[in-house]
Amino acid sequence: MDKKRIVNDIILVVALLALALAAWGVIRITHKSGDYAVVEIAGEETARYPLNEDIRIDIEAEGGHVNTFVISDGKAYVESADCPDKLCVKQHAVSRVGETIICLPHKLVIRIVGEGGVDTAL
Amino acid sequence: MKTSTKKLTLLGISVAAAMVLSYIETFIPVSVAVPGIKLGLANLVTVFLIYKLDWKSAAAVAAIRVLLTALLFGNAASLAYSAAGAVLSLLVMALIKSTCRFSPVGMSAAGAVAHNAGQIIMAVILMGVGEIAYWFPMLVLSGTVTGLATGAVGAILISKIPLKD
Ligand SMILES: [Zn+2]
Repeated sequence: MDKKRIVNDIILVVALLALALAAWGVIRITHKSGDYAVVEIAGEETARYPLNEDIRIDIEAEGGHVNTFVISDGKAYVESADCPDKLCVKQHAVSRVGETIICLPHKLVIRIVGEGGVDTAL
Repeated sequence: MKTSTKKLTLLGISVAAAMVLSYIETFIPVSVAVPGIKLGLANLVTVFLIYKLDWKSAAAVAAIRVLLTALLFGNAASLAYSAAGAVLSLLVMALIKSTCRFSPVGMSAAGAVAHNAGQIIMAVILMGVGEIAYWFPMLVLSGTVTGLATGAVGAILISKIPLKD
């Protein structure tokens, strides 16, 4: 393998890392702390909860499936779920406008919105 | 590769290898925190074929692999995700290969990032949730790392496995 290609490879990788960093920076700047967690099942909003009140509830998703949803210390997360992949449980707690927790198998989206419920991010 | 029988055999073996890698991958949770992150082991086969044969062969093998994997271990949604990822990564890798300026390692890294970007685009389309794009930085990062890893293995295979007529 010649040196020129290795140098080009390194430039390429640095460019990719810079892209990730730039995207992360843009998201940090445009992200604001949210006020409500909106629950959507199959694209329809079914409930919204203020982030400043701690709750623990069972959300009934499609087909009688359940995701246990928690708001604690202003952050929302899924504590447990009976979906096969459990990705929603493993996702980080969300609190900023535009952040989401998604449970693909249950068609469930938990979305953080600002005051007035308008999702200004993106 | 002169004889088409030999080429066909190689493509058949490639499909089998890609399928096994995709299957193995379902047992390795890389970052479960982010939906869509995968090691992209099957990318190894694509990298190898782009270098040893041509991008068309790589595309054919990837298409069969995506279809069969979805049929055997997936569903319609996973088909859409992996197809979007495969198409975008193939495009990017074919483009990079055509410049002749990068090694298989660099090509693989860019391909893996393109794969993740393709999946995000498909997720935005399917779920109608633009915020999935917030995963983009994480997926670019993980794609770079996994792409470098599979590219390094791919480079070894490219130099160690001779293809003669
Ligand atoms: Zn889930």
